[in-house]
Amino acid sequence: MSDLLFFIEVSLAGLGSGALLSLTALAFVLIYKATRVINLAVGETLMMGGYFFFALAAGMSLPVWVAIPLAIAGGGLIGAIVERGIIRRMLGESPISVFMVTVGLGSVLVGLVEFIWGTDPRSLPDFMGSAPIFLGEVYVSRKIAISFVVAAVVIAIFLILFRYWRGGVALRATATDQAAAYSCGINVPGVFSLAWIIGCGTAAGAGMLLGQIGGIAPTMGAFGLSALVVVIVGGLDSVAGALIAGLFIGLVEAWTGTYLGGEYKLVFTFGILILMLMIRPYGLFGTTEIERL
Amino acid sequence: MAADTILSVENIEVVYNKTIQVLRGLSLTVERGKVVTLLGSNGAGKSTTLKAISSLLSLEDGAVTAGTITFDGKAIADDTPHSLVRRGLFHVMEGRRIFEDLTVEENLTAATFALSGRGVKPTSFDVVYGYFPRLYERRHGRAGYLSGGEQQMLAIGRALIAQPKLILLDEPSLGLSPILVEEIFGIIARINRETGVSMLLVEQNAAVAFAVAHYGYIMETGKIVLDGPTERLVSDQDVREFYLGMSGGEGARSYRDVKHYKRRKRWLS
Repeated sequence: MSDLLFFIEVSLAGLGSGALLSLTALAFVLIYKATRVINLAVGETLMMGGYFFFALAAGMSLPVWVAIPLAIAGGGLIGAIVERGIIRRMLGESPISVFMVTVGLGSVLVGLVEFIWGTDPRSLPDFMGSAPIFLGEVYVSRKIAISFVVAAVVIAIFLILFRYWRGGVALRATATDQAAAYSCGINVPGVFSLAWIIGCGTAAGAGMLLGQIGGIAPTMGAFGLSALVVVIVGGLDSVAGALIAGLFIGLVEAWTGTYLGGEYKLVFTFGILILMLMIRPYGLFGTTEIERL
Repeated sequence: MAADTILSVENIEVVYNKTIQVLRGLSLTVERGKVVTLLGSNGAGKSTTLKAISSLLSLEDGAVTAGTITFDGKAIADDTPHSLVRRGLFHVMEGRRIFEDLTVEENLTAATFALSGRGVKPTSFDVVYGYFPRLYERRHGRAGYLSGGEQQMLAIGRALIAQPKLILLDEPSLGLSPILVEEIFGIIARINRETGVSMLLVEQNAAVAFAVAHYGYIMETGKIVLDGPTERLVSDQDVREFYLGMSGGEGARSYRDVKHYKRRKRWLS
């Protein structure tokens, strides 16, 4: 009985971190869908979100409810600067060079953080409390539970906006056919900017949630790699894929981490990635003719 | 420029990839409220002309290197494609180019962006459904599952949503059955009559194009070689032979009798 209880606790924790993976994956998907750029700096933007919050809430002692929106806006600003300053100038270049630029961008952001805040991990000012939550007999960490709910709400809002908001239609239209989107009067470069701003803002938000749970460090961008696995398993251009694959990878990581030991986590995650690339290179829900990574 | 001219193209040259010249000093005008057709064989540069007018050339690494294009009294210079659409110039591209992943209704919603910043009342989708009742039945279905004819109707429907002053139509007959072509051209003529929108129609199917157009241009290898009111063009001997497939009044001829190298197009002299 207690074995089952423990299994449920582990699974719930897995779903919690899975929701964060989904949220981060959403940032990938949003940017890829609109601009066909795989932004490998999403993980580092997530880290920047954590540090922005740290600087605002701990450094400048701003109230948490001011610091959170400002940190998200900071992430969005990174997205806007990168899109306007770098990506738009590279329109028409080969996808691989744009991809490499985002890899470099990630290193620049890590360097910037180490330069300003040093390499030591830090903990964020606590705004969630730490009293555990019990669902019946099952124990759930309060922070993971809150993160799960926040991530779920944000993803739900995204899904609704995608479907019913006019801007969501513009984004999907641009993703389907750029020239046709232009011919309908859609401001395609504007859609690009918007996707980068919202995507990077989302990543920054995920960074704050992740920092609440495990603290922040310049290396936390590696979380973006797990999210990349999620995106590839779910399909690069599928929001639903990011959602489902995120929860799935979260569960697998929690199970392997608990029952086999933490060192097996990445083995399994990337094992799934390799398997996926062999069987369905375009992901579970991705469009079949999209570029293969 | 006369006040009743909606579009005038003067001596434009278009070069792709900085090397391949496609248009060599092409000129044409479209009078307000009229349907003008631009005919020519494959590769003559018809679609390129339309893309030059709607600024979509830049997406294909093409550029207008000489000449001017004036739309509604103002020159088109560095206008972005979407700002031109918002000025009232709508390009219905070749091959329909509907958003296949979106529903019919969402396709029309996408076209409402053409009205941004113009301060006009949004077009009711019923206008489109009035001309194309079949789209109404399928408005919640994915556009990719529509038949070819319905997709062409949707492409024209998107133009209607945009309340344009000029519609550029690139081969609306492409890949459609003769009955559908007749139906769609009937509606195109009706739209012109009822809304007064000007149209520049590119076609390979000369017969249907002449049926709706008031004026026609014929182009070959990047230049206009012949133009005139439709009535004059249809009676022109070369047009009859090379574009309408009729010879001087004796009815259809057997291909056996045609020695095509003997009969030269006059305008190529």
